[in-house]
Amino acid sequence: MHEYSIVEALISRVAEEAEARGAAGVSRLYVKIGALSGVEPDLLASAYELFSERTICAGAELRIERVEERWACSGCGRAVERGAALVCPECARPARLVQGDEIVLERIEMEVP
Amino acid sequence: MCLECGCGDPEIVPVDVHEKILAGNDRAAAHNREHFTSRGILALNLMGSPGSGKTAILEATAPKLRGSFALGAVSGDLATDHDAERLRAAGIPALSITTGSACHLDAAMVHHALHDFPRNKLDIFVIENVGNLVCPAVYDLGQHANVVALSVTEGEDKPLKYPVMFLKADLVLLTKTDLLPHLTGMRIERFEEALARVMPAPKMIPVSTHSGEGLDEWIAWLRERLALRAEHGLHNARQPHAARSASGH
Ligand SMILES: Nc1nc2c(ncn2[C@@H]2O[C@H](COP(=O)(O)OP(=O)(O)O)[C@@H](O)[C@H]2O)c(=O)[nH]1
Ligand SMILES: [Mg+2]
Ligand SMILES: [Zn+2]
Ligand SMILES: [Zn+2]
Repeated sequence: MHEYSIVEALISRVAEEAEARGAAGVSRLYVKIGALSGVEPDLLASAYELFSERTICAGAELRIERVEERWACSGCGRAVERGAALVCPECARPARLVQGDEIVLERIEMEVP
Repeated sequence: MCLECGCGDPEIVPVDVHEKILAGNDRAAAHNREHFTSRGILALNLMGSPGSGKTAILEATAPKLRGSFALGAVSGDLATDHDAERLRAAGIPALSITTGSACHLDAAMVHHALHDFPRNKLDIFVIENVGNLVCPAVYDLGQHANVVALSVTEGEDKPLKYPVMFLKADLVLLTKTDLLPHLTGMRIERFEEALARVMPAPKMIPVSTHSGEGLDEWIAWLRERLALRAEHGLHNARQPHAARSASGH
């Protein structure tokens, strides 16, 4: 389950940022997880619960925003629905993913004395 | 400090980051890619379920490239050196990357393996990932292309169940086609249809290391990729476009 290694990377990034700003603690994290990112939000949340103990993130809330997948034609930009083949119904060019693969740390709320 | 009464309560400060959580892995991957590209080595990330035939493909590829292109490989293995031994027996310089409990390779593991790798001059470097249709797709290793081995016995619904893996594939090798006659009602078109629903510009080559079917087409694909390195340098593996804006920091 790679969600553990994602949490590890997340916490070390947060610790780095907190240290740079002399924060006394961290109260909330905002992350974005895409439906086609390969990361399962529920698994991420439970991995976070376990792994954040005894780190700067202990007790800090993890807010996960789920991002839907969206596809569009790589030629004309028209939206393409997943369900049938991933090609544009108009110009037959392959679709590309517009959103939905995010594994992103958006924002940290820190306690600065 | 609390401005109203000066009581010394900590202030909550929002800090915008907008960065990929795996940015550290991406940096290590970029370093690996630079290593490969600057030496003119085509690097492939070979993924697929355990037993899908990844090692068998490499064993069958070695004799076909002998005398024209030098092939090297590392093999992600939970506990043993078995795959790398098979590859060396097939004449491919190979090391294993023992991952312990990790279900995927990351760029740092590949970087370490590169330092240990015998310094042969190589044309193609294949990273055989840990057998798993989920986790390996999440980690960029610095490859130029992703190849996914899917065996006919796994069922044609697998691209739909594991869309992330197939979305990132540049090529799917549909393996063990010699077994198709034993699978009642199974046709190659059903794999093609499923793949087209999750993989933009789908590219699939049906192969069998037993009958030899499709191996020449696979070798032709490799040669085509190698030819590109002379013309325009090596291209990057298919990476999703959406998160790109978040990586610029
Ligand atoms: N019938 C058949 N069996 C194959 C073929 N390729 C591999 N196998 C068998 O599938 C099993 C797993 O192959 P292996 O290369 O170890 O898969 P890996 O785990 O993906 O590296 C082995 O028993 C192979 O002999 C094939 O083309 N046809
Ligand atoms: Mg193997
Ligand atoms: Zn995993
Ligand atoms: Zn179009």
